[in-house]
Amino acid sequence: MKPFSTIIAHELRLALRGGGDMLTLVLFFVIVGAIVPFAVGPDKALLARIAPGIVWISAFLAMLLGLDRLFHADHEDGTLILLRQSELPLSAIVAAKVMAHWLVTALPLILASPVLAMLLAMDLETFLRTLMSLLLGTPALAAFGAIGAAVTVAIRRGGLIAPILIAPLSIPVLIFGVGTITATQSNAAMLFLAALSLMAVALAPFAAALAISSAED
Amino acid sequence: MTERQVYPELTLRATAFSCGRGGMVLADALSFAVTGGNCLLLRGPNGTGKSTLLLTLAGIVAPMSGHFALEGADADDGPHLHYCGHRNAIKARLSVLENLQLWATLNGATGITPSEALETVGLGDLSMLDAGYLSAGQSRRLALARLLVSERPLWLLDEPTAALDTEGHALVTRLIDGHLQRGGLVIAATHDDITLPHPNRVQTLTLVRKS
Repeated sequence: MKPFSTIIAHELRLALRGGGDMLTLVLFFVIVGAIVPFAVGPDKALLARIAPGIVWISAFLAMLLGLDRLFHADHEDGTLILLRQSELPLSAIVAAKVMAHWLVTALPLILASPVLAMLLAMDLETFLRTLMSLLLGTPALAAFGAIGAAVTVAIRRGGLIAPILIAPLSIPVLIFGVGTITATQSNAAMLFLAALSLMAVALAPFAAALAISSAED
Repeated sequence: MTERQVYPELTLRATAFSCGRGGMVLADALSFAVTGGNCLLLRGPNGTGKSTLLLTLAGIVAPMSGHFALEGADADDGPHLHYCGHRNAIKARLSVLENLQLWATLNGATGITPSEALETVGLGDLSMLDAGYLSAGQSRRLALARLLVSERPLWLLDEPTAALDTEGHALVTRLIDGHLQRGGLVIAATHDDITLPHPNRVQTLTLVRKS
């Protein structure tokens, strides 16, 4: 277990020393959410109704924006090649990196979501459900994102292609994520969302590791 | 470094082995065998496939035909090789010591401690410095220190002396010699003269350009 937790700690340390990246994503998340009311117009009832969708879209876009940092730097400086010679299988390394990625991109968004909830005039119950759906759904976004980032790792400026690749994959996450907040069968949607996340987190490391292995070839 | 055999008897044998990249064959029909305690120097002009051969032996690139195996190695022991390529895999925002400690944990801390390894490669005073401030030669030394913190029998070195000063060349020679003394194998691609104290342990494979 030691190498696994070492990678998580290593990634967290890199992210914290990097400083700006995390804050940029959080600001992006809040700003995207805050801009929508200007486009929709001053209709409080409408805004309250579409607020869950806005929060999810903002979170989705912010997480896409953060994808580039997942494997790209490690590919550029040769770390990925060396990681393949480590004691830990590459898929386990990818799993650790995805977890660390969730901690430094998704968790700050979730922590910042009260700000957005306030700006969008959400009531408390909707907000709590939003919090729940983000907690359950963002691991799936991180996992799908890892696949996209791994497939495009060897491509220059691949950071722009990965979001296009994984956006279709993420549609179910958005459907059930928003469903958890608004749908009449919201508990069922929540279970689906949790199942989706578990499945994505379990399978994505293997797919991403395979993509990374064939990227050098 | 103690002068004793620490690795089991190993032989890296390649038969009718070809490698290349992007569908183009670079090195064709290679057959060689390197036994423990010996060093194979790869020589040849740029673009003749030295780096590709090393990447193939490291398992990063698939061989185009033929096969190679490290005979005598127990597959359950995990990876048997260190690859040291052109890129140093150093994180600029971490200190020199933190960079090395990461690899000691990931590759198994079976060699000397990270601090000792830094002393050996001449970075002992800089262990707390952010690795981003290292010069090209110092970064190279840090990459070489990685070979020392985890014991692995096979070293694949791609231009190990690149960016190093005269003392650095001596350091590489010393490291390789120490590794051979302990029964390790070294395959190194280089344009510089690496003169080892025991010339009979050195084989040379010269790759030629395909016309």
